[in-house]
Amino acid sequence: MRHALSIRIGPVGFRIGSDWRAPIDQLAALYRDYPVPDVADFTVRLFAARAWRRVIRPSVTIGGDYMLPDAAPLPLAHGLLAGEMAMNLQLALGYRRHLLLHASVVERDGRAIVMTGESGAGKSTLATLLASRGWRFMGDEFALLDPETGLVHAFPRLISLKNAGIAAAAAAWPDGRFGPSLPDTPKGDIRHLVPPAAAIARMDEPAMPALLLFPRHGVAADTRDVGASEAFVRLTQASTNYVALGEAGFRALTGLVRGVPARAIDYPDGDAAIAAVEALWAGL
Amino acid sequence: MRYRAPEAAALISTDLAPFTALFDRRSGITHILASPAPEILAALTEPMTIDMLLAVLAREYDLADPDPAALAVRLDELVASGLVATT
Repeated sequence: MRHALSIRIGPVGFRIGSDWRAPIDQLAALYRDYPVPDVADFTVRLFAARAWRRVIRPSVTIGGDYMLPDAAPLPLAHGLLAGEMAMNLQLALGYRRHLLLHASVVERDGRAIVMTGESGAGKSTLATLLASRGWRFMGDEFALLDPETGLVHAFPRLISLKNAGIAAAAAAWPDGRFGPSLPDTPKGDIRHLVPPAAAIARMDEPAMPALLLFPRHGVAADTRDVGASEAFVRLTQASTNYVALGEAGFRALTGLVRGVPARAIDYPDGDAAIAAVEALWAGL
Repeated sequence: MRYRAPEAAALISTDLAPFTALFDRRSGITHILASPAPEILAALTEPMTIDMLLAVLAREYDLADPDPAALAVRLDELVASGLVATT
């Protein structure tokens, strides 16, 4: 590929190649504090499906070691998003070292809160807000659960803020390093935020899960216990490689839900969510 | 007709109250079972007819009113899920 970049996010090394300079320059600027991997686990390619698409109404097709045949190309203006989506795709389809949970994770004193929910539930925004209040941000997309140790590993890629979450994060992180505004993407308005410096500096430190949280944004404040059975089913649905890991995945996930309390919280706004999380944490 | 459960080593069972999570090593499929399915699998230590199985369950769990028709429905479900075979 004409332009390339190698970065390591947590335990995962990526090599990103592109037909265009702009997405690589944007990724390089936002990932400038991340290490270079010894060996890339995954290769990502951003390419023009037809040669003339490199210059005329350039559209970015996502490729790599693992591909979705029907993934729609994105305009070059959304090339940064294409790169992020492509990295996520490689991990979701190809990663086997840990059990992948579609979740955000924050840590304090070596213990982690793993937050999962459907898209739009607010797990990314909540992790960002908690990170602004003294919690270490470990990731807003994937929690990497080690079947051997039960520890969760950090994957602090760029924080992908959507719609109303963009303003909330800008208020919480007035000095934050933000990527370009990406309006009207297939996922709505998107803007990326570089995780706090501590999240990057300490990304090789795993943490022991201490609380499973199922947040839901936009409704009246409420908290309820979630039983092990329900937590198990919800987390199998939140995992992209549970089936692929087989017995190791089963043991990892049953061990997690049996050993870690699970709660569902409904919250109307960020302050209510933080108060609820801190109250739950104090009661553990 | 006799019903047969897999060898114990083929299944990994974990109690996740109120359900039981069961991993079938032969298929790689995870099952979420509600009572009495786990008890039926545990009782099927050898191939049994419905009457033999009902007698074992009635003895183990002090069933006041053993119902062979209800047990047959549960067994059909386990057969459909691949956890119980018939011979």
